[in-house]
Amino acid sequence: MVNAQTLIKCRQLTLGYGSKDLVRDLDYDINEGDYLCIVGHNGSGKTTFLKGIAGLLSPKSGSIELCGGLNRNQIGYLPQMTVVQKDFPASVEEIVLSAFQGKHRLLPFYKSAHRERAMECMALTRTESLRKSCFRELSGGQKQRVLLARALCAAERLLLLDEPVTGLDPESTGTMYRVIEDLHQKGMTVVMVTHDVDTALDDATRVMDFNKISTKER
Amino acid sequence: MPIDKLLFYLDFPFVRYAIIVGVLVSLCSSLLGVTLVLKRYSYIGDGLSHVAFGALAIAAVLKVTNNMLIILPVTVAVAILLLCTGKNARIKGDAAIAMVSVGALALGYLLMNLFSTSANISGDVCTTLFGSTSILTLKAGEVYLCVVLSVVVLAIFVLFYHKIFAITFDENFAQATGVNTAFFNLLIAVVVAVIIVLAMNLVGALLVSALVVFPALSAMRVFKSFFAVTVAAAIISVVCSLVGILVAILAGTPVGSTIVAADIVAFGSFYLMSLIQSRES
Repeated sequence: MVNAQTLIKCRQLTLGYGSKDLVRDLDYDINEGDYLCIVGHNGSGKTTFLKGIAGLLSPKSGSIELCGGLNRNQIGYLPQMTVVQKDFPASVEEIVLSAFQGKHRLLPFYKSAHRERAMECMALTRTESLRKSCFRELSGGQKQRVLLARALCAAERLLLLDEPVTGLDPESTGTMYRVIEDLHQKGMTVVMVTHDVDTALDDATRVMDFNKISTKER
Repeated sequence: MPIDKLLFYLDFPFVRYAIIVGVLVSLCSSLLGVTLVLKRYSYIGDGLSHVAFGALAIAAVLKVTNNMLIILPVTVAVAILLLCTGKNARIKGDAAIAMVSVGALALGYLLMNLFSTSANISGDVCTTLFGSTSILTLKAGEVYLCVVLSVVVLAIFVLFYHKIFAITFDENFAQATGVNTAFFNLLIAVVVAVIIVLAMNLVGALLVSALVVFPALSAMRVFKSFFAVTVAAAIISVVCSLVGILVAILAGTPVGSTIVAADIVAFGSFYLMSLIQSRES
């Protein structure tokens, strides 16, 4: 891509927990329009790096900068599911709509534009029929698609995905990748952590291999 | 006739005060209770109320006339410490709460014993711990304070209801997509502390957790959306407190434990309802 705007700039970045460094002295740029796949073994630091980009983990040293006028509330994020969420009493619609909370300082009521956008995102992930269902009663794959719908609602310029196809059947996996590729074609920048190397390589415009990064360090 | 007896008691201002404070406190505590239970902080009510008890002892020793001036800031400070250090704290959530909770209880009792001028220390302690009479001895000033604080708490909750939902369901997502989670966690901690201090008057320091936990858990058995759970918890809590206070007045039982007993009955019924519900589907 020519003259692509840089969105995320990592300089001398070190990330980790306690005394353990998972990412060390990393220089890396993510540009507008990238479809970046992050692959590597368990524990190689893929999720940690994504959390760093998402602003959930402060760098031990170095910096992660949002560039090109990218604001945090233009980012959509699909985290791995937590224990708390598995038995959470909330309707699918409530969860998807909560994506808009970051975009307004004060949002006591959702407007019809919010509801329409939420419906679009639910349609994309084939969850619109589950709109009134209770999140804790859904199957693992349905839950995952609901969380993707929420991430799509929040994503205006950048979409961060942490193992988006975990627990999905082959059909849903296919749909998931098609939705992501469609968004990418429309100009969305995508950063995805995945184990699914083959599919990742098909669609991705760039691949970041954490196995190689750590071996290079050694 | 119980009705006549009730009307007779309602003529007394202290009974009306008790009902006003009871309704407001149970309303506020149940609203925040849903969030606390879901965030796995069910025991925070217990911990903070013991801290409030310790602060009360300090206030008694220092002979401060308006003990709220000490209790409220101390409890708020501890709440912030417990709820906002979060993931990076050296001592994790439940352990920190347990430590602060028993520590404050022990030191409070110690202080009261060492410095108290009262002839009936164990009676005083029992009253603060179980709130056996305190709600029936409220003064007009305390009722006004309670009304003002409750209205502020309710306003905050309504205004930020969706933000509170977003943070409760997925704090990481909220933070990653631009919600100021640090601020809202701080806000929740302060509000929780205020509610706990208010609720101590109602049921006493040992039973505060019940007001926070029971209505939320009852509502979560049956209802399937966060909004329905929140509204149902509020209604359950207010009804149980009203029933508890009225029964306590009529039957002469301790107010706090009667309210909690009503909450337990409500939980039992909702649990049964959920069993029937799941059998039908």
